[in-house]
Amino acid sequence: MLGRTANGTFWMARYLERAENAARLIEAGFRMALTRDATTSQEEWRSVITTVGQARGFEAAYGSDFAGERVWNFLLRDKSNPGSVLAMIEAARSNARSVRTALTREVWEAINESWMVLKDLLARPVREPLLGQVLATIRRQVTLVRGAFDGTMLRNEAYNFARLGTFIERGDSTARILDVKYYVLLPSLAWVGSSLDNVQWESVLRSVSGDRAYRWLNAGGIDPRGIAEFLVLDRRFPRSLHFCIDELRSNLFGLAHEYGHETEAHELMRGLGTRFHEATIQQVFDAGLHEFIQNFIATNQQVARAIERDYRFYA
Amino acid sequence: MSQSPACFDEMFDADGAVRPAYAGYREWLHGQDAASLRRKGVEAESFFRRTGITFNVYGEDAGEERLIPFDMIPRIITAREWRKLTKGIEQRVRALNAFLHDIYHRQEIVRAGRVPLRLIAENAAFLPQMVGLVPPGGIYTHIVGIDLVRTGPDEFMVLEDNARTPSGVSYMLENRETMMAMFPELFTKVNVRPVQDYPRRLAQSLAACAPDCAGDRPTVAVLTPGIYNSAYFEHAFLADQMGAELVEGSDLRVVDGRVAMRTTRGYQPVDVIYRRVDDEYLDPLTFNPTSALGVPGIMDIYRAGRITIANAPGTGIADDKAIYSFMPEIVEFYTGERPILQNVPTWRCSEKDSLAYVLDNLAELVVKEVHGSGGYGMLIGPTSSKKEIADFALKLRARPSNYIAQPTLSLSTVPIFAKSGLAPRHVDLRPFVLVSPQGIDITPGGLTRVALKKGSLVVNSSQGGGTKDSWVLED
Repeated sequence: MLGRTANGTFWMARYLERAENAARLIEAGFRMALTRDATTSQEEWRSVITTVGQARGFEAAYGSDFAGERVWNFLLRDKSNPGSVLAMIEAARSNARSVRTALTREVWEAINESWMVLKDLLARPVREPLLGQVLATIRRQVTLVRGAFDGTMLRNEAYNFARLGTFIERGDSTARILDVKYYVLLPSLAWVGSSLDNVQWESVLRSVSGDRAYRWLNAGGIDPRGIAEFLVLDRRFPRSLHFCIDELRSNLFGLAHEYGHETEAHELMRGLGTRFHEATIQQVFDAGLHEFIQNFIATNQQVARAIERDYRFYA
Repeated sequence: MSQSPACFDEMFDADGAVRPAYAGYREWLHGQDAASLRRKGVEAESFFRRTGITFNVYGEDAGEERLIPFDMIPRIITAREWRKLTKGIEQRVRALNAFLHDIYHRQEIVRAGRVPLRLIAENAAFLPQMVGLVPPGGIYTHIVGIDLVRTGPDEFMVLEDNARTPSGVSYMLENRETMMAMFPELFTKVNVRPVQDYPRRLAQSLAACAPDCAGDRPTVAVLTPGIYNSAYFEHAFLADQMGAELVEGSDLRVVDGRVAMRTTRGYQPVDVIYRRVDDEYLDPLTFNPTSALGVPGIMDIYRAGRITIANAPGTGIADDKAIYSFMPEIVEFYTGERPILQNVPTWRCSEKDSLAYVLDNLAELVVKEVHGSGGYGMLIGPTSSKKEIADFALKLRARPSNYIAQPTLSLSTVPIFAKSGLAPRHVDLRPFVLVSPQGIDITPGGLTRVALKKGSLVVNSSQGGGTKDSWVLED
C-alpha cells in the first residue's frame, strides 16, 4: 500500500473522530449552560474551546466573550476556524477522496453523503432551537460512516491505519477533556461535595457520552475518583484511555503481523501499554492525575509521529 | 415531434415511425408512465451525487464539483452498424500507431510528401525526446477514443481522434450501471452487449505492454494529477476497478534504475504507468521544470526500456486537429487500404486558399483551434452573432495556422426525456479502444454525449452537454 494512502486513511479517520468529539463536547457544554447561570456557562464554554485547543483562534476573532451561540457556531462552522466541524468533515472527505481506491464503495458513499448533509446543514448559522438536531445529525452521520467501515472493509492494512487514526484521536480527545477538567476530579475538591461539583462531574462524563454507562456500572452513585478510573483505566468503555491503548496495540499488532516486523511505534506502544496495565487509580492520583494525563498525551503523539515515519506517510 | 427535417433521427424515421434498432426499447417505453420515469431520473441524479461521480470545473466556480447530466433514453446501435464501425476504428487505430512510430523514426510519410514536414517540425505536440525510442511492446497509443458523428443512415464520420489521454470511460460504465439499476427488466427484453468488463480488459491490455524487466504479474499504476483534476473521479474509478494503485507524482521516484512507488514497506518498482498527466508535466528534468505532478528522471528509465508509459509521450502529434485533416492519407499510407471511416471535410487555415474560403464563409462554418479541446475557443458560425464572427475573424487572421474549419454538420439526433416528453437532441459517440501487442480491443458501445439544449451542436460536458447509455445490440 502506498505511504500516501496509509496517510490518507489515517487522517480521514482522525478528522471524522475529531468532528464527532467536538460535537459531543458542544453537547455537554450546551447541557451545562442550560442548567447554570450566565457566568458558569461562559466558563463552561471557555473550557470547551480550550479542550479542543482553539481558545487562541476564538479570542483572536471574538475577544473573551464566550457567549454560547457564538462559541458553538465558531466550533461548528466558522470560516475563520480551520478546525471547525465542517472543516473537519471536509478534510475527512478530501482524504477519503484521495484514497478512494483503499475504501469500499459503501464507506466512500457514507463519507460523501455525510459531507453533503453537513455542508447543507451548516451553511447558515445554527440558532439555539436547532442546535440539538444539528449535533444529533453530526453524530448520526459519523456513526453511519463507522458502520459502513466496520461492515465492509477488509481487515487489512488500510483498516489498521484508519483504526489507528481513530484511536490516536480519541485517546487524545478524552485525555484533553480530563486535562482541562482534572481539577474537579481531585480529592481535595471532591470533599466539598457541593451540587456544583456533581454537575461538573456529570459534564465530564457527558462530554464523552459516558454518563449512562457510568451510572449503570455504579448503580447511580457518582464520585470523582470513580469517574477518573472509568475514563482512564476502564477497558470496557470505548472512549477510555485504556480502551484506546488496547485498540492501538491490536491494530499495530495487525500491521506487524502483515509486514513481518515491528517498528518504533510498537516499542513506544508497549511501554505505554505496560504503564496502563500495571496502574491503579490510587497510583495515578498519588503520582498526580495532571502529570499522568500530560504524559499520556505526549506519548500518544509520539506514537502517531512514529507511525507516520515508520510507514512512510510523507517521505 | 418537432424536428428539423434536415437531420437524421436515430429513433424515428421522417414519418415518425420507430426505426428497427429502437423497436424493442420503444415497446417497453410504451408500458411506462411519465411520472415514474421522471422519479427514476431524480433518483439517478442523487445516486450520482452520493457516489461522487462528478467532474471539476475550471475557470468560473473553480473547485466546484458538478454532475454530468444523464439522460435515461439509451442511444442504440445495431449489430450490423457496429461491425462496420469496429472495422473502421481498428483500421484507424492501426494507422495512428504506425504513424507515430514512423514520425519518431524514419518519417517515411514526410519523405513521401504525403504530410508536410512543417506540420511535424513546428508542432508543439512533437517531442524530440521520443525520436528513435521504441516503447515497450512497440505501442504508442494504448488507449484511444475515436469521436464519431452520424449524419445519415449509413454515414458515420470521425470528428476527432483522441490519442493522448481520452477520458469519459467511467461515464460509459456508470451509465450502464445506472440503467441496469433503474430498469433491470429492460435488459431482459432487449439484448445489449455488455461493457462492464472494460476495466479487466484495460488491466490485461496494460499488463501485456509491460517491459521485459517486469515479472509474471506486472505492477500497474494509474498516475493522476490529484483530487483537483477535472477527471479525478475517473482516475480513482479505473484504478479501483483494475485493482491497480492510484499514484500521484509525489509517490514515485527513480530507485535503482526503475520507477518505484513509496509504499508503507519502502519503494517498490512499477512496471506500467497508465498516466493521466499531460506530456509536459511528466518529467520535470525533461519537460516543464516546474512540474510537481510528474516524476524526475522517468524519461531516462523510459528510454532504457524499463517502464511502460501509456499512452506514450508525444502521441499528441497524431490527434492534433491539423494532422487530423491528413488522416485519410495517413490511413492509406500505412494500411494500403481506403479508409473505411470518413473524415469530416476540413480546411486548414494555414493554407492561403483555404483561409480565404474560411474567412468568406465564417457564418456557415465551425472553426476550431488546432490544439484546443473540450469545446473551448471554437466558433460555431450559424449560431454566432455578427460581432462574434467579426471578433473571431481577427483572431483567425492573426494566427491562421492555429485554426482549422469544418462545415456545420447536421449531426444525428436521439430523443432525450425532456419535461415535455421525448425531444430530439444532437449526439456524438466516443468508442474506447485498447491496443496491446495482443491486438486491438474495442468495447461495444462507448460514451454518447448529447447536447441538452434544443438545436445545439456542442456536446462537451464543460459546455452543458449530457451523456446517455450507449447500447450495441446483440445479433
